[in-house]
Amino acid sequence: MTPSTSRDPHPAARPATRIDVRLAAVAAEGRPALVTFITAGDPDYDTSLAILNGLPAAGADVIELGMPFSDPMAEGPPIQASTLRALNAGQTMLRTLDMVRAFRAHDAATPIVLMGYYNPIYIYGVDRFLADAKAAGVDGLIVVDLPPEEDEELCIPALAAGVNFIRLATPTTDDKRLPAVLANTSGFVYYVSILGITGTASADASRVGDAVARIKRHTDLPVMVGFGVKTREHARSMGAEADGVVVGSALVNAVRDSLDAEGRATAATVGAVTALVADLAVGVREAHVAA
Amino acid sequence: MAGATAKLNSYRTGPDERGHFGSFGGRFVAETLMPLILELEAAYTEAKADPAFHAELADLHTHYVGRPSPMYYAERLTEHLREKAGGKGGAKIYFKRDELNHTGSHKINNCLGQILLAKRMGKTRIIAETGAGQHGVASATVCARFGFPCEVYMGATDVERQAPNVFRMKLLGAEVHPVTAGHGTLKDAMNEALRDWVTNVESTYYLIGTAAGPHPYPAMVRDFQSIIGTEARAQILEMEGRLPDAIVACVGGGSNAIGLFHPFLDDETVAIYGVEAGGHGLDVYNGHAASLTGGRPGVLHGNRTYLLQDADGQILEGHSISAGLDYPGIGPEHSWLKDSGRVTYVPATDREALEAFQLLTRTEGIIPALEPAHALAHVARLAPTMDRDQIIVMNLCGRGDKDVFTVGKLLGFDL
Ligand SMILES: Cc1ncc(COP(=O)(O)O)c(C=O)c1O
Repeated sequence: MTPSTSRDPHPAARPATRIDVRLAAVAAEGRPALVTFITAGDPDYDTSLAILNGLPAAGADVIELGMPFSDPMAEGPPIQASTLRALNAGQTMLRTLDMVRAFRAHDAATPIVLMGYYNPIYIYGVDRFLADAKAAGVDGLIVVDLPPEEDEELCIPALAAGVNFIRLATPTTDDKRLPAVLANTSGFVYYVSILGITGTASADASRVGDAVARIKRHTDLPVMVGFGVKTREHARSMGAEADGVVVGSALVNAVRDSLDAEGRATAATVGAVTALVADLAVGVREAHVAA
Repeated sequence: MAGATAKLNSYRTGPDERGHFGSFGGRFVAETLMPLILELEAAYTEAKADPAFHAELADLHTHYVGRPSPMYYAERLTEHLREKAGGKGGAKIYFKRDELNHTGSHKINNCLGQILLAKRMGKTRIIAETGAGQHGVASATVCARFGFPCEVYMGATDVERQAPNVFRMKLLGAEVHPVTAGHGTLKDAMNEALRDWVTNVESTYYLIGTAAGPHPYPAMVRDFQSIIGTEARAQILEMEGRLPDAIVACVGGGSNAIGLFHPFLDDETVAIYGVEAGGHGLDVYNGHAASLTGGRPGVLHGNRTYLLQDADGQILEGHSISAGLDYPGIGPEHSWLKDSGRVTYVPATDREALEAFQLLTRTEGIIPALEPAHALAHVARLAPTMDRDQIIVMNLCGRGDKDVFTVGKLLGFDL
């Protein structure tokens, strides 16, 4: 068991991570960042790795890589289905870390954030997971079912290991609670723009702007907006209100739509995802003009 | 091992203020839900201290549910098991008859408590998950009684095997959503209910049906179900002049069991047994729903507890003849009671439960639900090993009307 400190003991002393460096560079360009989510192993390991490898050139600034979990309680149908495809194709935590290692062999700059649920990490072993993830080239973690109330589990050890712990803030996170949510957050803040699960509704951009402004009164960290960003137009309008946008369900739906009748990857799969990413990348660059 | 540590002064003081029973429990939920869970905890703490809340609940128990439920000496079953033991041993068997409650199971105890809380909190919509449909029926019932719209998530597999309860819920005005994700059983229904909750946080009260989920649910549901053990303790003291030697209950998520157990936890002379769904047998991979005796600790549905899972931390579906026990987790207090050694958890297989179901029907004229039939299977093993002057109290937590089609099919009847 980790000793129970509820605060990162040395927040200021942490060296800049790949996430900090990349987001600072994007901000210097005067545009929002494009954060892309794919599920590791969807629809199979090789295709998923090819997609991952193609994301930076297509315009992804930061990559979120989903660690598949059998019970993704906060995901809607698109990511649920994507998770199932990956698990059915034999994806495991070891293979997810392998993917990151393979990516890092040729890309030393694009940040990778692993995203998922706590149980597969807990079963892998927290210390072993952090050591292996760091060695593979993981920069940050988003773990949906670890609120600040459970920071001793993974957040504090992750910070000590030099891995960013990125927290979700939601419309229910009021001003009273925000400081607790932000206390041990690093890298960026992920603003969940709707009440609900992934892959369903989209928020309207003006509301998102107010919410981002509220969060920024409490932190200097970049704020990325996700849930419901599906199109170039969303990337532009939401991006104008924040430091970046996160796109997930639309990308895993692009995977789904490219599969053959048996659910296997086709020659079109990798290109379907990278083409959508390229289009979204235009959107965030238009936000620069719009802003 | 926790079991080797010094004996505790009391087993009844948990959880701590963060919802931990030892290393189990906690609040492993998405940020969207966290403020809601803190609000619920505050509302429950306030209600618990309000005599008017308890008075309203007590009145409903008496006039609506029919509490206290009887304590019944099962004389013919006792004699039957004595004969099987060769006339030597054979404890006296008592049933705490929560199957006689309104709606046919213990689930109503919890639903009434939570619906009064939802009302206090100003919520306007109720959601629930259900496996066997007993919790769904109890939820639909209290929603009808208090005028709330009710939506129930139920695995598609369970919708099929518990058809009479689906119809009951609809009659009571609830909307039933069949869940096809996963294998369409209780865990999938719970995932879907949680997804509804994050989408409708402001209006909606999530009425969890068992002593699991994030804090404060495990403690709150236990408190509402503890009326079972509190009554049972007083009743057996009055009827026998002493405490029982053993108490037995089935464990799915663990609510009827913790309700019976909790008031007895500090009675050292009382042996306590929780009976899990052994399905096809513990040696069959993914063929049982025995989280405690066949799983290991992990984190699911808001708490750390024993889970059925594979080597990579993916949750298994499990299997049980009984839809109400077919859950890969277990309330966190049971995980702690197991590790602390206070309660002994054992499995009973589908076949043993089916035999017990028939045994009770024939010897006592009581058709039990398949869930407590698992508890009875262990009573049938245990009683012959005990002396004639010893006493077992078993929680007969549900009646079997809902299961007659399932059992009929298994026994080859064409219904
Ligand atoms: C009659 C009956 N007993 C037991 C259970 C299992 O739940 P628990 O372990 O919470 O009592 C159920 C669940 O549906 C039930 O209907």
